[in-house]
Amino acid sequence: MTGGRLVHQPIDPVALLREAASPRHGALLLFLGVVREVNDGRAVTGIEYSAYEIMAARELDAIAHDAAQRANGASVVIVHRLGELALEEASVGIVVAHAHRDEAYSVSRWSIEELKRRVPIWKREHYADGTREWVDPSGRSTAEAAR
Amino acid sequence: MPVTVLLFASYADALGVPSVSVDVGEDATVADVLAAVRCLPGADHLPASPLVAVNQRYAARTARIGIGDEVAIIPPVAGG
Repeated sequence: MTGGRLVHQPIDPVALLREAASPRHGALLLFLGVVREVNDGRAVTGIEYSAYEIMAARELDAIAHDAAQRANGASVVIVHRLGELALEEASVGIVVAHAHRDEAYSVSRWSIEELKRRVPIWKREHYADGTREWVDPSGRSTAEAAR
Repeated sequence: MPVTVLLFASYADALGVPSVSVDVGEDATVADVLAAVRCLPGADHLPASPLVAVNQRYAARTARIGIGDEVAIIPPVAGG
């Protein structure tokens, strides 16, 4: 079943796989984006995600449906988690089910790049030195002292 | 007419609030709303051309704003 949504609880990869799987699909591909311990050379202890929720949910769902159309017959499920995440927790999960692997890989890659390009979600990294900073992938960032 | 403008993440921090109300003319565009927001304290931290959404869709500077439209200034997105 194709669709995209925001979640506030931990992402369950197995449940996502079940949502997309069907007997028509020989390839079932899972991508997880997880919180890593270092960014730009700084020790990260966690990330806080927030969103323009109504728009972000709509964009996630639109990307899932666009992705499914790009590869005829694909099922695409995209979830993005909001709130405070610890290291190694998944912030985004994408499952693509397709008859064949080539299309599944291609659609999965397209989906994560679209998500990063246009879904109004923001993250504030928490660092080991106690500071927090909004992350700007375009290169600038707004420094903010710890409260 | 009054227009409510939603702010998020670093932009909400810059202005110190999650939304502001500005007053613009009846034939206002996105550019007019941005110009009004720029007069507010803290708005000098906004970039020259931030992304804007109207009614949850990305909108051009020239897009007209109507009564009751939901305008949002979108900081650089960082999902994933």
